[in-house]
Amino acid sequence: MAVTWVQLLDSLRGGRWRAVWWRNFRVWQRLAGPAILGNFGEPLLYLLALGYGLGSFVGDMQGMRYIVFLASGIVVSSAMTTASFEGMYSAYTRMEVQRTWESILTTPLSVADVVFGEAVWGATKSVFSGVAILLVATVLGAVGDARAILVLPLVLLTGLCFASMSLVVTAVSRSYDFFLYYTTLVITPMLLIGGVFFPLDRMPQAIQIAAQGLPLTHAVALIRPLVIGTIPHHVALHLLVLGLYTLVPLMLAVRLVNRRMGG
Amino acid sequence: MSDDQVQVIDARLLSKHYGRYTAVDAVDVKIRRGEFWGLLGPNGAGKTTFLRMITGAIAPSSGSLRVLEYPVPAQARPMRRRIGVVPQLDNLDPDFSVIENLRTYAGYFGLSGPDLDTHIEGLLEFAALESKRDARISALSGGMQRRLSLVRALVNQPDLLILDEPTTGLDPQARQLMWQRLRELKSKGITVVLTTHYMEEAQRLCDRITIMDHGRLLDSASPSELIKRHIEPHVVEVYGDDAEAWHLGVGAGLADRSEQVGETWLYYALDEEPLVDALKASHGISYLHRPANLEDVFVKLTGRELREA
Ligand SMILES: Nc1ncnc2c1ncn2[C@@H]1O[C@H](COP(=O)(O)OP(=O)(O)OP(=O)(O)O)[C@@H](O)[C@H]1O
Ligand SMILES: [Mg+2]
Repeated sequence: MAVTWVQLLDSLRGGRWRAVWWRNFRVWQRLAGPAILGNFGEPLLYLLALGYGLGSFVGDMQGMRYIVFLASGIVVSSAMTTASFEGMYSAYTRMEVQRTWESILTTPLSVADVVFGEAVWGATKSVFSGVAILLVATVLGAVGDARAILVLPLVLLTGLCFASMSLVVTAVSRSYDFFLYYTTLVITPMLLIGGVFFPLDRMPQAIQIAAQGLPLTHAVALIRPLVIGTIPHHVALHLLVLGLYTLVPLMLAVRLVNRRMGG
Repeated sequence: MSDDQVQVIDARLLSKHYGRYTAVDAVDVKIRRGEFWGLLGPNGAGKTTFLRMITGAIAPSSGSLRVLEYPVPAQARPMRRRIGVVPQLDNLDPDFSVIENLRTYAGYFGLSGPDLDTHIEGLLEFAALESKRDARISALSGGMQRRLSLVRALVNQPDLLILDEPTTGLDPQARQLMWQRLRELKSKGITVVLTTHYMEEAQRLCDRITIMDHGRLLDSASPSELIKRHIEPHVVEVYGDDAEAWHLGVGAGLADRSEQVGETWLYYALDEEPLVDALKASHGISYLHRPANLEDVFVKLTGRELREA
C-alpha cells in the first residue's frame, strides 16, 4: 500500500495525469452537442415532471417547495451517476476494448497517472452536469441565492469520490455486465436512501444509521443547504467522509489496475 | 568504455512466470547502441513477454534488467521517455483522427508547440499518410494503421525502438515500405528491437538475430553466421509423386543430411553437385536447388511441430 501511495503522490505532484484528462476532454468535445443537450434536458424533465407533478401531491418538504428540495438533491445524485458511469462503462471501454490505457502506459505515464486522470475526468463531467442543473433550477426558481455557486467545488469532490469508487469496480471487472452488480447493489440504494428524493428523518432508525455511512448522504448534507440558500452544518465531518471515500478507493484502484495491467 | 559499447539493453537471467508456467526463462541479452536486433521464435515462445518486461509494462519474476542505463522496472517511467513502442496489436485511439492520434500521444510525453507540429508533419510524410491526416483510424487500411503505429512511436524521437511484429498481416507492398522505413531509421543510428515471423524480414534487416523457444534463447548471431553455424550451404528440395521412390533409390546416399516434410524431401549438402547431377539425369523428378536460409535454421532449432499458442 505504501508503494501505491508514493505512486499516487508522485502522480499528483508530476501533473502528468492532466494529459489523460485532456485526452478524454478532447473526445468529449467532439460529441459535446448531444452531451450538453443531455446535461440540460434530463434534469429539466425530471424537475418539471417530479418537481411540479409529484410536488403538487407532496406539498412542502422540510419547509420548502418540493421542487426546491428535489433540485438540490438532483445536483448531488447526478454528480454520483455521471461520475460512476464514466468510471465504469467509459473507463472500461478505454481500458479493455480500445486499449487506450495500454498505449498510454508505453509513455512516461504511470498507472497512477491514468487512474487519477480518469477520476478527475469523471469528476469534471459531474461538474458539467452540476452546472447545467443549477442553471435549469435557477430558471425554475429553485435556487436560493448566489452562494449556490459554492457547490461546484463540492460537486467536483463528490464526482471524484464516485469516479474513484467506480474505477475500483472497473479494475476487477471482466465485462460490462459486471457493472450491474455495482449499480444495483450500491448506486441505486444510495440514490434511494441518501436523501435525494425524500428526507431521511422519517425512515426506520436502521436505515438512517446505515445512510450515515454512505458518501452520498454526506454530499447531500453539504450541497443541499448551499443550493437552497442556507449554511451546511458539520462541514468538516462531511468533507472527511467524502475525502476518505475518495482516497481509499483511489489507492485501491491504482493497486488493482497495476495488477491487472501486469505490473 | 567507448560509445558504441554502451549497452542499450542489458538483461541478466531475466524470467517471467505465470503461476507454474514459465514464459521467459533466465534470459541473458545485451544489445549495443545502434544495433538492429531480431528476436525470432514460434508462437508462444515468450517474445512479447520479454519485450513487455523491457518497456516496464510487466514486472519480471526474477533477474535484473537495465534499459538505456535505467534499472527497470524501478525507473521504467522515466526510461520510457526515450523509447518508442509498436505493440503486437495496434492500440491506436479510435476516437481520434490520424493527426490527433499523434498529437495526443505526444501529449503523454509532455510535448506540444510548433516544434512538435513540424516533427509531426515529417512523421506523416515518413508514414505516407499526409492525405489521411484527418481520417479516422477505422478508415485506414491495415498497412496504414501499422505505419501510424510506427510513427506514433517516433513522436518522442526515441533512442530505442521496440517493434513487436510490425509487418504481420501486411501485403507485400506495405511490407516493403515498412522495411524501407525501418532501414532509414537504422541509418540514423536508432537501436531497434524487432520480432517477426517473416524470416526474409529478419534476414534483410537485422544485424543480429536471436532464436527463442519455450522462454529460452537458443542461439544468437548475424543471419549469415547463424546459417553457416547450423545448416549445410546447399539445400535441395525434391517433391512430387516419384520423390519417395527417388529418395529410397538414389537421394538418400547423396546428401550429408536429409529429412521428409510432408510430400517433400529436403537434402542438405556441403557439395550439391552429385545431387543435382542425379536429379538432372532422372527425368520427371521435380526439384528445387537453393542456398540454405534462415528458415532452415529456425526449423532446425525449434522443430517442425505446430505450436498451439
Ligand atoms: N498474462 C498471462 N497469463 C498467463 N500466461 C501468459 C500471459 N501472458 C503470456 N502468457 C503465456 O506466455 C507464453 C508466451 O507468450 P508471448 O505472448 O510472450 O509469446 P510470443 O512469443 O510473443 O508469441 P506470438 O508469436 O504468438 O506473439 C504463452 O504461452 C502465453 O500463453
Ligand atoms: Mg507476441
